[in-house]
Amino acid sequence: MSNGTPILNASGCLDALTAPDVARSLDTFVTKTVTPLRREGNPPPRIAESRGWMLNSIGLQNPGIDDWCEGSLPRLHELGVPLWVSAGGFSAPDYALVCERLDEIDAVEAVELNLSCPNVDEAPETAAELVAAARRTTSKPLYAKLSPATPDIAEAARAVAAAGADGLSLVNTIRGVALDPKLLRPRLARGAGGLSGPALLPIALHCVDACARAVELPIVGMGGVTSGADALELVSVGATAVALGTVLFSDPFAAVRVRAELEAELAARRAASAAEIRGAARESVASRSPSAH
Amino acid sequence: MSARAMTPSDTVSLGGRAASRRLLAVLGCDSVGAYSLLRLERGAMEPGIPGQFFMLEAPGALLPRPMSLCQAPPGELAFLVDPIGMGTRALCALEPGDAIHVLGPLGNGFDLEVERPLLVAGGVGIAPMPYLSEALGRPPAIAGFRTDAQAEAARILLPGAQVAVEPQLVTDLLPDDPGDVLACGPEPMLEAVRALAPSVQLAWEAPMACGYGACYGCVVEIDGRYERLCIVGPVL
Repeated sequence: MSNGTPILNASGCLDALTAPDVARSLDTFVTKTVTPLRREGNPPPRIAESRGWMLNSIGLQNPGIDDWCEGSLPRLHELGVPLWVSAGGFSAPDYALVCERLDEIDAVEAVELNLSCPNVDEAPETAAELVAAARRTTSKPLYAKLSPATPDIAEAARAVAAAGADGLSLVNTIRGVALDPKLLRPRLARGAGGLSGPALLPIALHCVDACARAVELPIVGMGGVTSGADALELVSVGATAVALGTVLFSDPFAAVRVRAELEAELAARRAASAAEIRGAARESVASRSPSAH
Repeated sequence: MSARAMTPSDTVSLGGRAASRRLLAVLGCDSVGAYSLLRLERGAMEPGIPGQFFMLEAPGALLPRPMSLCQAPPGELAFLVDPIGMGTRALCALEPGDAIHVLGPLGNGFDLEVERPLLVAGGVGIAPMPYLSEALGRPPAIAGFRTDAQAEAARILLPGAQVAVEPQLVTDLLPDDPGDVLACGPEPMLEAVRALAPSVQLAWEAPMACGYGACYGCVVEIDGRYERLCIVGPVL
């Protein structure tokens, strides 16, 4: 950990079983989303890239909770890295089913509810209803992963907190389309995909800031972090942990670097801990906002 | 706390292969017909097996580009790049004095235990052939291209290869009894080669974000399932 700021991976951005040393470089490994049934995911092409962002349209490819428990879980446990599981589905009973299974597993420290995958059809229930359904089946800490594509994310945060969420993961990717410049057709087979990379950072900063003001929950900040300076910005607006996503694709060892850079940033500011920095930007933004006058 | 010290130059297991990420100096970028041969100082980087690939940092691009190794002269690693997009153009613009991060070797290379090898290349699919040819004792090779400028690459990198330029196709040069075919090229060409040759190893291509199984972006359909090409391939 870096001065009290754990560094995680963003769900879906690392397979600990194909990169065990990378997983061990994190304070906690978060799995790719597991759903009740096996999913093959979306057809290729699944990724597109431009300057400052990429799109993905993976579509929750995963073996399903039964095969995951049998095949992946024992090997993940052997890695010795604290384990969070991302749980997903297409209805409240789906989330409840996955969480009920995970509740029995000691190796699972927490469950992150993927309430906002941009690449599959959404559940009909609200985020709060999905959290409530999961809450009834498990006593594990529940982190609600929210979409930034909402008019009032603070309201969403209050709703999932009231429904029993123990923490927030902010933010998921945001839906976008990339066109082939010659054909003027979508480059991804499914058309739209989830946008990630540095372009997502200002959106994440806004969402973490707004939610940290709205609720008293731990927040895993993520979205476009490529450096310790980026991580510090998320911490300053209220993140209690930071997750790395797209940067892991170009640099599997980014956690080691970001951790060292964050420590150097804190040392340069003579801050003993990230907690001291946390909220600094919140106070300064508040003092300049119209409502403060 | 689980985090352990790890320096970027450590060799670690990625996608089941022993790989490392290193900053390599650019020795030169030479024009080879329509393509460019990017030569990097090898340092402590392992060249891997022919058909394996490396992720090359493309300055200005968010994601690295997967490239199979073209040549491995002493102290060097050389990659053949076709400047078709933002990342590949940035790679072709590199100059001596520059340095880029390289991750690898990754993926599943060619099985070199073959009796009567025949190398078959299409377009920039000629990239892994010089290194493969050397490993197999310069077996016969055929290569097909769209243009004469592209075909120039075969004359420089794979002397002795039979060359077809469209409208002639590389499959027109395939003998009736082709032996053990090792091929790399565009998908329609690989499918055509597979239809004509009973024993084939094919090096496939797909857009990749990470190259080590993290992103699930490069899947190909195998027996009705989406498999990550960077892990199960690129040679299938």
